Amino acid sequence: MAGLHKSEVTNPVLNWIDQRLPIVTMLQKEYGVFPTPRNFNYFWNFGALAMVTLMGMIVTGIFLAMNYQPNANLAFDSVQHIMRDVEYGWLIRYVHQNGASMFFIVTYIHIYRGLYYGSYKAPRELLWILGVVILLLMMATAFMGYVLPWGQMSYWGATVITNLFSAFPVVGKYIVTLLWGGFSVDQPTLNRFFALHYLLPFVLVGVIFLHIAALHIVGSNNPLGIDPKGPQDTLPFHPYYTVKDSVGICVFLMVWAAFVFFAPNFLGDPNNFIEANPLQTPADIVPEWYFLPYYAILRSVPNKLLGVCLMFGSLLVLLVLPWLDTSRVRSCRFRPTYKWLLWLWVLSFIVLGVCGAHKPEGVWVVLSRLATLYYFAHFLVITPILGKLERPLPLPESITQAVTGRPLENH
Amino acid sequence: MRAPRIFLAAIAAAGLFALPASVRAADDHAPAHAPIKIPEQKWSFDGIFGTPDLASAQRGFQVYSEVCSACHSMRQLHYRDLTGIGFTPEQVKAIASNFTVPQGTDDAGAPKEGPATPANMFRSPFPNDKAARAANNGALPPDLSLIVNAREGEANYIYGLLTGYAEPPAGFKMQAGMSYNKMFEGHQIAMPKPLNDGQIAYIDGTPTSVDQMARDVTTFLTWAANPEMAERKAMGVRVILFLGLLAGVTYAVKRKIWADVH
Repeated sequence: MAGLHKSEVTNPVLNWIDQRLPIVTMLQKEYGVFPTPRNFNYFWNFGALAMVTLMGMIVTGIFLAMNYQPNANLAFDSVQHIMRDVEYGWLIRYVHQNGASMFFIVTYIHIYRGLYYGSYKAPRELLWILGVVILLLMMATAFMGYVLPWGQMSYWGATVITNLFSAFPVVGKYIVTLLWGGFSVDQPTLNRFFALHYLLPFVLVGVIFLHIAALHIVGSNNPLGIDPKGPQDTLPFHPYYTVKDSVGICVFLMVWAAFVFFAPNFLGDPNNFIEANPLQTPADIVPEWYFLPYYAILRSVPNKLLGVCLMFGSLLVLLVLPWLDTSRVRSCRFRPTYKWLLWLWVLSFIVLGVCGAHKPEGVWVVLSRLATLYYFAHFLVITPILGKLERPLPLPESITQAVTGRPLENH
Repeated sequence: MRAPRIFLAAIAAAGLFALPASVRAADDHAPAHAPIKIPEQKWSFDGIFGTPDLASAQRGFQVYSEVCSACHSMRQLHYRDLTGIGFTPEQVKAIASNFTVPQGTDDAGAPKEGPATPANMFRSPFPNDKAARAANNGALPPDLSLIVNAREGEANYIYGLLTGYAEPPAGFKMQAGMSYNKMFEGHQIAMPKPLNDGQIAYIDGTPTSVDQMARDVTTFLTWAANPEMAERKAMGVRVILFLGLLAGVTYAVKRKIWADVH
């Protein structure tokens, strides 16, 4: 159907635009009056927080790229140039450096929110899968970003992680050569990682757009995990959730700022203040904290290929979670047993993180094996079986009834 | 529920399976070194309001110039940066002019040297790492620009190292040319004891005990690794206060908007 869009915008300029490209109508529909369950708790802030973090990362990243040199001989010094000579360079860099950690904290909580309230279940499977793709892209971006300062841990972390691909039979060593652009981590590696570190965030923006588009088709889940039954169960997104997200954003920015201004290197590694030296391996090579659980899974088995498969598997298993969970009840509020086993999964993830920070010796091997076993057993064994065995608590009749205690009026 | 008990049993069984393997793994490795405890010191730059004591940092710069700089470079710093520890631009000019640094090439294309200006980088004691090793018994004196941030324990470690020289305990085997140090990993350090009581004379007359010099040079090195610290912490207090206020106002607005829903 050709012709102008019938716009209801009163401002004549906006109306003229909206008739030809109805972005105002779209924003109004998707963020203004968008019907949102009325019972979100503050866990539903974390999607918005992740969005804020991504925008902060992109803005600070662009300014860092203006002053950074992706050259193995200059990279380390150019970061110090940013820290010392660029106007507020220290601020931009510390916001970016700590922003990576904030991004993972927020995203991990966001994912956990989805697990606890069953947000991955029908009809939100594709929304969830896009979320897992976002996580994978984030990890690739963060890993390559950590290489750029070209410190000792950048260099040796890159060496260890890229070398993992050599575990794959036949093609492994070709993949590694391709990643390196040579026969060790060197100038070509740094240069291509810089290019990809600049590219991937924009791919991320694209996938996040799809993630949100899918969300706006199927609608948000909520802490009760039951569908809204009518307008009495929802609120317009604006102003109710714009203001609630704003509260969370303020608190979150305070946490981020506390790291940036008072403990900017708390989450970093002292070794990265030493310039990369291919001839000297640090005593301990550890990844950034947000990769430690996966690092522990990798090292929990004595076979390299199996370790690599488990590590990637620990992420890929999330892709099929919507079909592994056989329970029709979404929210853990009504799943008395699964709730505690999910907390146990969180514990296993944290234990893995602690194990990843220690040398794989003695008790740390036992712990990382137990935690790895539970990590997988939770998804592959417990979730499918318990969904059939567990007797869920009775679900409330509707969101409004659960929130207000009043029975439904005239329904 | 029966199901959880089954899972617990499965986990316990898995634990028994994992145990022998881990004991084997532990046997494969030599026991780790007993970790060295680094005593905590009180510093002017501790806490969210603390900033480096400038008088101490200036004395520390004197220690660096007269002692450390014989072997250690600080190649991330320019002389102009010294205004950050309270030197005036005139003082910086005078300090810089004491050092002879490479000044590009002359008209015939030959490398030229001359007195440094504030725009020059700190003079490095050696032209490259090989020369540094050759002059230091094969050991490379690390660059000190970021040394405080580059060591676990930060300032406490640097202070501990500088004051940690001692006679080796009886029976401790020392390699030739090495010194015993309580804080250094493995306790054998290639750097000879750098500080001795009364070794230099402070411009401000402060007595130069090893402890005093170690404290001052650590303060200077902390500033050198984090020259933005004073500005950063001051800005941080204001940012947090602002965000706290904004969070309070936003929460009040949220309460008002949501008042008719609950």
